[in-house]
Amino acid sequence: MRITQGTFSFLPDFSDSEISAQVEYCLKNNWAVSVEFTDDPHPRNTYWEMWGMPMFDMKDAAGIMHEINQCRKAYPNHYVRVNGFDSTRGWETVRLSFIVNRPKHEPGFQVLREEGPGRRIRYTLHSYATEKPKGERYKD
Amino acid sequence: MGGRGAGTIKGKERYKAGVIPYKTMGYWEPGYVPKDTDLIALFRITPQEGVDPEEAAAAVAGESSTATWTVVWTDRLTACEAYRAKAYRVDAVPNSPGQFFAYIAYDLDLFEPGSIANLTASIIGNVFGFKPLKALRLEDMRMPVAYLKTFDGPPTGIVVERERLDKFGRPLLGATTKPKLGLSGKNYGRVVYEALKGGLDFVKDDENINSQPFMHWRDRYLYCMEAVNRASAETGEVKGHYLNITAATMEDMYERAEFAKELGSCIVMIDLVIGYTAIQSISKWARKNDMILHLHRAGHGTYTRQKTHGISFRVISKWMRMAGVDHIHAGTVVGKLEGDPNMVQGFYNVLREPHNPVDLQRGIFFEQDWAGLRKVMPVASGGIHAGQMHQLIHYLGEDVVLQFGGGTIGHPMGVHAGATANRVALEAIIQARNEGKDIWNEGTQILEKAAKSCAPLKAALEVWKDITFNYTPTDTADFVPTPTVSV
Repeated sequence: MRITQGTFSFLPDFSDSEISAQVEYCLKNNWAVSVEFTDDPHPRNTYWEMWGMPMFDMKDAAGIMHEINQCRKAYPNHYVRVNGFDSTRGWETVRLSFIVNRPKHEPGFQVLREEGPGRRIRYTLHSYATEKPKGERYKD
Repeated sequence: MGGRGAGTIKGKERYKAGVIPYKTMGYWEPGYVPKDTDLIALFRITPQEGVDPEEAAAAVAGESSTATWTVVWTDRLTACEAYRAKAYRVDAVPNSPGQFFAYIAYDLDLFEPGSIANLTASIIGNVFGFKPLKALRLEDMRMPVAYLKTFDGPPTGIVVERERLDKFGRPLLGATTKPKLGLSGKNYGRVVYEALKGGLDFVKDDENINSQPFMHWRDRYLYCMEAVNRASAETGEVKGHYLNITAATMEDMYERAEFAKELGSCIVMIDLVIGYTAIQSISKWARKNDMILHLHRAGHGTYTRQKTHGISFRVISKWMRMAGVDHIHAGTVVGKLEGDPNMVQGFYNVLREPHNPVDLQRGIFFEQDWAGLRKVMPVASGGIHAGQMHQLIHYLGEDVVLQFGGGTIGHPMGVHAGATANRVALEAIIQARNEGKDIWNEGTQILEKAAKSCAPLKAALEVWKDITFNYTPTDTADFVPTPTVSV
């Protein structure tokens, strides 16, 4: 399966120049770009690991592309996403977030159903990848 | 205007038993400068033949505040001069003979804190049937910060909703399950599953799906939540279905809301027809239970559409932001339902911006500071399809839910393909917009290019390529010529 989190997951994977164009868009809006990675793609896993701090002072797309590539090199089989953070009052949140690297094989999720009275079901999403400890997932 | 400053009668003469013009009772004060704490209402008045517009404005001020048709001595037991609403300005409406804009200021103490019911009982309570007026329309209101601070506003708001859903940088995508009536719970859930798996973020109950012989509400909730969770597993995304909890009584509504919560739904839905008090009650429940609250504006067209009589939807938008909903249907511009581009953008600005400057072209008559009240996510729904994606984003921006009901479910390759077509079209246009491309002029080519690697989008563009809804809007700006929607 293909996890479709992020702004552009339904499009073919972006080339470096396409990623760079989105970074330029963030810079034009005065957003701080950050890079994050994870091997736990559960949709409620809010806190991916930070590849350094948001680059508040980096105003150069080439410099940001360098960081993105360093992260992808270090974690070639992880999910890596690029975020644009807007600190303007009333927003103070991420305004763009898209995946730029993903594992070759994405095993996906299982729906666990706990059946209760009156046809009630409690649902849990289980990520197959997280059956292994952190760092040992997505090896193949 | 003739007779300006004709003057309020003062002292003993003012309170002699009998009938005197509203204008002389203290409801027409042309020199009045509204206080920062005053509410201001702008009415479009159409007086009967021979009725002086200033007298008509004074009458509206009187009947929406302290007055009755005759003088009452008991006024003198109160600080009546402060409690009288004051019409302070009357302008002829451009190019509309017989119509006038009347500006009326109300003291803050005339209103109960945090109550839309009380606000509306004054402002639209009695005056709309008043005989000396042929027609009356509430065009806009300025809410003072002091008053806004007595309202909770949206329980979630755009920022928190996006963070909870983990969806940024693009409009959210939805669809209303069709046919809107008749499906069994099991078949209904199938549509929900296919659409969410195909790429939508939300599917929605329609306004009149409650609990009917063909589908009991509990059955619908159970099947829909199965669909939501299965689709989430298939995509790794947070998904939702707006479960409509509209019912005959508040007790029924709370029961449905609790069941939706118990099943793990992230969103519930209500219809505007439940009334302002019910909306505020459910908003408090939603706030307490971390639930996104979707409002369908069922019924609004009965009083918002005609230009001379009723209430502008921009006022309803303001009231609903105060009452506290997270989503509200606010027009598409290009779809099948009424919506002049400027007017619709005005509604969106009222719902989404922290501050509105005066913008007559978009029908916004007052500067409005929203005092930190959260932003409402507008919903564009009704007769829209993937081929219009660039126009939708051009007019409506990215903080909007785009709902393609027929445009998803009516896709020739099925519901799943319909959803995928919309999602691919959306992401392609956002990518192009961010890259600085001229999506307004190049949109069709951008979509055609994206369709090369997406058969469902190709089929969608083909089947709906000639579908447009070009009719002259009814509710338009008074200050600019209305542009025709070019599609």
